[in-house]
Amino acid sequence: MAISREDIEKVAVLARIQVTDEQIAGLETDLGNILNLVDQLQAADTDAVEPLAHPLDAVQHLRADVVSETDQRDAFQALAPATEEGLYLVPRVIE
Amino acid sequence: MHNKSVAELSRELESGSVSSVELTTHFLQRIHELDGHFNSFITVSDESALAAAAEADARRRRGEATPWTGIPLAHKDIFCTRGTRTTAASRMLADFVPPYDATVVANFNKAGAVCLGKTNMDEFAMGSSSESSYFGAVTNPWGEKRVPGGSSGGSAAAVAARLTPAATATDTGGSIRQPAALCGITGLKSTYGRISRHGVIAFASSLDQGGTMALTAEDNAMMLNVMASHDRQDSTSTDRAVPDYTATLNEPLKGLRIGLPREYFAQQLNADMEQRVREAIAEYEKLGATVQEVSLPHASLAIAAYYIIAPAEASTNLSRFDGVRYGYRCEEPKDLMDLYQRTRAEGFGDEVKRRIMIGTYALSAGYFDAYYLKAQKVRRLIQQDFIDAFKQVDVLMSPVSPTPAFIQGEKTQDPVTMYLEDIFTVAVNLAGIPAMSVPAGFVDGLPVGLQILGDYFSEARLLNVAHQLQQATDWHLHQPE
Repeated sequence: MAISREDIEKVAVLARIQVTDEQIAGLETDLGNILNLVDQLQAADTDAVEPLAHPLDAVQHLRADVVSETDQRDAFQALAPATEEGLYLVPRVIE
Repeated sequence: MHNKSVAELSRELESGSVSSVELTTHFLQRIHELDGHFNSFITVSDESALAAAAEADARRRRGEATPWTGIPLAHKDIFCTRGTRTTAASRMLADFVPPYDATVVANFNKAGAVCLGKTNMDEFAMGSSSESSYFGAVTNPWGEKRVPGGSSGGSAAAVAARLTPAATATDTGGSIRQPAALCGITGLKSTYGRISRHGVIAFASSLDQGGTMALTAEDNAMMLNVMASHDRQDSTSTDRAVPDYTATLNEPLKGLRIGLPREYFAQQLNADMEQRVREAIAEYEKLGATVQEVSLPHASLAIAAYYIIAPAEASTNLSRFDGVRYGYRCEEPKDLMDLYQRTRAEGFGDEVKRRIMIGTYALSAGYFDAYYLKAQKVRRLIQQDFIDAFKQVDVLMSPVSPTPAFIQGEKTQDPVTMYLEDIFTVAVNLAGIPAMSVPAGFVDGLPVGLQILGDYFSEARLLNVAHQLQQATDWHLHQPE
């Protein structure tokens, strides 16, 4: 299946990845080839087959509802590109 | 010293003929002398390694040693190491120093093992050649300009070059087995849920699984003894008891039923590779095993299902890299959207971006049923193939890769060519079963791997089967010049 320039631009916005005009041409070829590969799936007879999301029939483990984590805000925020007074900084969102 | 197995080094530490500081110094020296050729390490931790070695020697003197106390090893740079940068071979995380240890790392630390450093890989484990690393491509010790396979190519190359006796790795679609095969070492991908994923940088969460790399099956068993654990920090971690994987290595193989999936011996397999694999299987017949052909009818659909499911999960997992909380951030963002879009455009490499975009596409409105849901249905068919096969046989054997190590740059132009490298490995991850790669000889001087696949939680059996081959043959002891 071919993927159009418009599709690529739309997907790039959804994925929050900036793409240049030159990159779109390459992506048309590469993503088109990948979609051709995965289109083999369409030939499979999957009527009455339940989707498999996860390989094991596992159940979630439950734990007591008690505090188990300690506050490590300062350690975690030390990794951030920009913080101030315990807050993560981003460009102004509200004018 | 560097040609010895973990088991041998462990005995020498126990006898006192060598100390951990001596061993660690020796391997660090080898890394500094030789790794310029291979680029198998992203970070070498001289200082912390020597401190850990001294502590291990002290612990041994106190009589509190485990078999791993003082043994050097390397971690794939996808396992978080507290205080040591963990990059996933991406610009996005080039300066990321985790505030915690992955459970696998903590388990090894608790056992007293010494971390030499962090190994190179494909960016975010997406690749089959270890060429997509932000820190440069890894070279296979068996051939100049040859790839080591991927994504755990740094771990495989480092073990093959005897820069470390063992290395951890992860396998989402073949990322342990294929590099182990291409570098002539022994590797094991465990059953989904057997090894904790806590602190492993996520690629595709329903497929990702940790595993082991070393020269021998026995060493892989020793590693798995430490790595396998129930972990409440990973909601998919199993609470099944962990056996001593070294205890059953010497079980006889008489009566072992081996199945050869006919679909894995058909198309795209290099004739010389097939010859080596069949010779290894003939060794098993000498050991009393029986061989029969079996069928995995949906094998040809595995690549297509995998290359929907893995990118779909990746697109979700990698949405966390937003330039706000940690990791790379672009310069001078003009607004929030610009911050996200340029951070991700500049922080991710080409293959990672392709997979995020394919995954986003497959999950987007109008395409979800045709791609993602369809792939999950095919995934069940593939799982059922294995369930049926293991009613007839104990293990399956096949090649690991269609060809030996290829030349660097040969498959980077077309992503689909690279994806087909995974043709014999991805079905294992879709089903969640364990599998190994074991050295099985050479084609034109390049190593060939035999893949051994087992039913859920049959790691002890797989290691036993691999170990017995290594008692009868010496393919695993050959080393690159």
